[in-house]
Amino acid sequence: MSKTRTPAIDGWFKDGPNPALIGTQCTSCHSIFFPPERTFCRNPACMNDEFSDKELSRSGKLWSYTTNNYQPPAPFVSPKEEYEPFAVAAVELADEKMIVLGQVPAHIPVEQLEAGMEMELVVDTLFEDDDNEYVVWKWRPV
Amino acid sequence: MAMDEVAVLGAGMHPWGKWGRNFVEYGVKAARDALNDAGVDWKDVGFVAGGETIRNGYPGFVSGASIASALGFNGAHVGSSYGACASGCQAISMARAQILSGMTDVALVVGADTTPKGFFAPTGGNRTDDPDWLRFRLLGATNPVYFGLYARRRMELYGDTVEDFANVKVKNSQCGAQNPNARYPKAFNIDDVFASPMVSDPLRLLQICATSDGGAALVLTSMEYARKHATDPVRIKGVSTVTPQYPNTNIEMPDFAGDSAFAVAQPGVSYRDSIALRAYEQAGLGPEEMSMAEVYDLSSALELDWVEAIGLCQPGEAAKLLREGDLSLGGRIPVNPSGGLGAFGEAIPAQAIAQVCELVWQIRGEARGRQVENAKAGVTANMGLFGHGSSVVVSA
Ligand SMILES: [Zn+2]
Repeated sequence: MSKTRTPAIDGWFKDGPNPALIGTQCTSCHSIFFPPERTFCRNPACMNDEFSDKELSRSGKLWSYTTNNYQPPAPFVSPKEEYEPFAVAAVELADEKMIVLGQVPAHIPVEQLEAGMEMELVVDTLFEDDDNEYVVWKWRPV
Repeated sequence: MAMDEVAVLGAGMHPWGKWGRNFVEYGVKAARDALNDAGVDWKDVGFVAGGETIRNGYPGFVSGASIASALGFNGAHVGSSYGACASGCQAISMARAQILSGMTDVALVVGADTTPKGFFAPTGGNRTDDPDWLRFRLLGATNPVYFGLYARRRMELYGDTVEDFANVKVKNSQCGAQNPNARYPKAFNIDDVFASPMVSDPLRLLQICATSDGGAALVLTSMEYARKHATDPVRIKGVSTVTPQYPNTNIEMPDFAGDSAFAVAQPGVSYRDSIALRAYEQAGLGPEEMSMAEVYDLSSALELDWVEAIGLCQPGEAAKLLREGDLSLGGRIPVNPSGGLGAFGEAIPAQAIAQVCELVWQIRGEARGRQVENAKAGVTANMGLFGHGSSVVVSA
């Protein structure tokens, strides 16, 4: 029986053929938020509390990157029995003028990363249990 | 306009280490040392400010009253503050405000911690509304991941090298080896650093701050009270606990993203740069008047970010200062003469207090083996999770 593909968190990204991060935009001052802000606008000059969802740019430039050579502690769950080190990328989205973190798929070694390179969003396995394959957004070189 | 001053009559510490005992014990030892150093009777203390521990520290989220109780309750007012790595500065700020408002003449500031081994991890449970929990779950973003991102950014933006970062560790460990309160008495060389395992590229194990047990305390008083007890006390001239200004576009621990500057332009002064600036303004002093600085080297590379943020040089120039020996003992402006976090590890609620203890001892000329020549004034800087600024300006 195949496992159910389940977002590791609800409402933060869109899966499927054109995956995207889901941010929100204040309907008054147009500030953009990721993770999605759905309660009160965080622009100190804005008292609005209404937002529309906004899909963020699917690609951006690699601002910086690093690695997790050791397995992070819980609540991180290793997708494999034997921990496989992976890189973490900070990607600058030009239109939104913001930097967003994401894992880099473990099969892409850190040596392939270079600051300034173009990165694109993918949705990939975070970990699995008996019934579900939990997925999350990641960044990979274009 | 410069703020009124408060006096530091006493400073005390319990050595940093992995002692595995109750945090209260470290706090009381530090407090008693500070009271002895000040020549102030515990009964005269009107306010106790505790920097809180939340990790393994009995009884959990409480600190100020736990330490007051262990000292023997004297009926003093109490305040306990949690601001992550900035908890100690919050406690100093609270005590100073009590004194400057005339609520009390004498305040005892105490921070102490007992820490677990290994990576910092968030509290357990399925807490999907807590960004600190989520960053571990969704990103595996440990603290060293953020340090690694900042370090790599410096390499790309300014041309800093892995040797520069390693040399920060080497420099600080030489001071730490002379500090009886430091946890690591070893003076490392650059080969030691490069032989240690990679944790978060480009940072290796010896370049990343460990967690430690320890305690630090200060006795703060009004200037009027101080004049009756000491000839020329060290003074606290400025205390900054600022939050960021929206939008803070940098990626701050434990966030998933920096603020977007789409609708509102980023402020002229970055958050990290604003922290010491606000303390300098209160002090009526600037970076050029500092003899030394104690900054948060959570990673060796991060020290260089702080050197720039506290105004010792322009952005991108810190590595040049390091290479020219300006940041070393005997250099133009020694940074982390205590040995810094690299030599101590972090005892979270005590660390910002310990930074001030070091400046006090330096200004008094009591920092044997690591004394900054002609130490007249100094600045501390650090930042607590979620936007807790921490900076103190101290002078003779
Ligand atoms: Zn708004």
